[in-house]
Amino acid sequence: MKDNVILRVAAKILFAPIIVFGLYVQFHGDYGPGGGFQAGVIIAAAFILHALVFGLEAGRRLFPLWLNIWLLAAGVLIYGAVGVASMGLNGLFLDYNVLAASPAAGQHVGIILVEFGVGLTVTTVMLLLFHAFAGFSPNAFAEDDIVEGALAQDDIGKGAPDAADGEARQ
Amino acid sequence: MSIYAIFNNLPALLVVVPLLLSPITALIPIGRLAWVVALFGSGVSVIVAILLCSLTASGIRITYFMGNWPPPWGIEFVVDSATSLTVMAMTTLAFLATLFADRALSAEIAAKDVGKAYSAWLLACGGLYGLVMTADAFNLFVFLEISALASVILIALGAGRDRRALIAAYNYLVIGAVGATFYVIGVGFIYAVTGSLNMADLADRIPDVEARSIVFIGFGFMVVGMLVKAAVFPVHIWLPAAYSYAPSAVSTLLAAIATKAAIYVLARIVFTIFGGVPEVTALALEWVVVPLSIAGIFVGTIMAIYERDLKKMLAFSSIAQIGYITLGIGIATSAGIAAGFIHIGNHALIKGGLFMAVGGIFLATGSRVSVMSMTGIGRKMPLTATAFLICGFSLIGLPLTAGFISKLYLVRALLDNDNLVIVGLVLASSALSVMYLWKIVEVMWVRPAPVDALEINERPALYIPLWIIAIANIWLGLDASWLVGAAEAAAASLLGAGG
Repeated sequence: MKDNVILRVAAKILFAPIIVFGLYVQFHGDYGPGGGFQAGVIIAAAFILHALVFGLEAGRRLFPLWLNIWLLAAGVLIYGAVGVASMGLNGLFLDYNVLAASPAAGQHVGIILVEFGVGLTVTTVMLLLFHAFAGFSPNAFAEDDIVEGALAQDDIGKGAPDAADGEARQ
Repeated sequence: MSIYAIFNNLPALLVVVPLLLSPITALIPIGRLAWVVALFGSGVSVIVAILLCSLTASGIRITYFMGNWPPPWGIEFVVDSATSLTVMAMTTLAFLATLFADRALSAEIAAKDVGKAYSAWLLACGGLYGLVMTADAFNLFVFLEISALASVILIALGAGRDRRALIAAYNYLVIGAVGATFYVIGVGFIYAVTGSLNMADLADRIPDVEARSIVFIGFGFMVVGMLVKAAVFPVHIWLPAAYSYAPSAVSTLLAAIATKAAIYVLARIVFTIFGGVPEVTALALEWVVVPLSIAGIFVGTIMAIYERDLKKMLAFSSIAQIGYITLGIGIATSAGIAAGFIHIGNHALIKGGLFMAVGGIFLATGSRVSVMSMTGIGRKMPLTATAFLICGFSLIGLPLTAGFISKLYLVRALLDNDNLVIVGLVLASSALSVMYLWKIVEVMWVRPAPVDALEINERPALYIPLWIIAIANIWLGLDASWLVGAAEAAAASLLGAGG
């Protein structure tokens, strides 16, 4: 689809506004409908559109795999860290009231941080799923799935002829 | 963090520690380091479980409000005697399985996947602990999904050795999802007529509901969903393949703790949520759970006799053993439920040990373990084979082993109810289970090893956790007072909570 001028220009124009809209939904979640789940999907949609138009390679250059995985874990950890912090401040898990001087301010701080973590993880999981399926090739899967552990040199089918049976076909 | 903060948050810590360590292990590229983190996580869980146990032993019922939102609006965790016993059994076995996993997992899966495997491992553990502790019917579904998806990943990791693991994992995914959907449909029905999701609140509201048929339908869906998850006959189809093609360490973990959590939830549904409407639950227990348990005991045992692949034989015997547990819970007397809970703990020990021993033999010989490939193993790997034998005797229920205590209390509970036919069936099935075990003992010890057999070394990392389990099997057979006391307290708190 790289060759189509209309698609390329449209994707370039739409890319930034989609992310801005995603951020709007993200921060609007504090007061009204919105939040990390929806915002994460919207932001991921911008990157997926980019990858669809300019190709998977370009998509991966824009958002490398290692960054994807680190941000994925970071999102969960931000969420959990808010809970642990509230436990450390003598509250219960995810009790936002204790996070700031007044309970109302604490609720603001807590929900913004938690939703940020959710948004980060949802964005990265969406991208990871997209690339896992879009970049899937049966041959590549078979080749890099070889066991590298201590048993790799053994002949797998050697010892147990009667292990092969029909159970797996159920 | 002060001591006060830790003690105040024990129930949350049991879930939060594995769940937060899980993304960290996913980022660790060195498999051994990821294992250390996982071992630390499961070690912390054991300590938390011991603290919870000691608190509930003094008669305290611990409640915990997530985010300080009081029930019935917020999510509540409740830890009573039944919960702490189950959590204790699960965390201990998960810790031993993690100890065993160091060698076993890194030998069976690709080195680059080890960190991610421990991530899924911790996620499965945390999800199952949450499943047991939560007192919110919908939150329970969330934990059910967390643990099920993590288990699917773990089972699929067996594909590096045997591609059939992928099909087994897919089957588990689909059948498990159907079970979870049934459960959540049931929750939907109950929510529609009561407007609540908190278990204690539901128990208060359900007896006042006019539309009894909707309560009955909701109960039916929830129970069937949990029966699928617990692999009770005839909805056990996913279990044998899933357990036998998963990596050895994963089989050990799942066999020891996964179905136990589902059975515990089943007891919670029947006795806590629907404790106020015994006319609804008694019907289902008497006509569904008890007959299916007995059928499962026989089908599982007979399938195990005809099975030659050892892991699958153990998986079929798991179906029979699950039948004993649900039979105890199904007769719904205090003694019966206590017998069920005793066997939850004992079966976790027995099956955890057996899968661990088979995993050890598999790693030593490098091929799938069938009955024939066990020939002469008793002399080649005496430590592993002896521990296997002890756990096997415990499985049959020979005196001086933990399994005997289970059978004893189950038979006693049945005799209290004058269920002489069922007593006969239980004893007959125990005799049948001798058949498949004897087959293994014969090839292990009696027959000489084949001449061309490989030289086999036993590794301490594999047999130390195995022997801890084997000794626990004997110890709990000699002095079961703690377990029996805890199980009786569990039964009392389950029956008391709903009434």
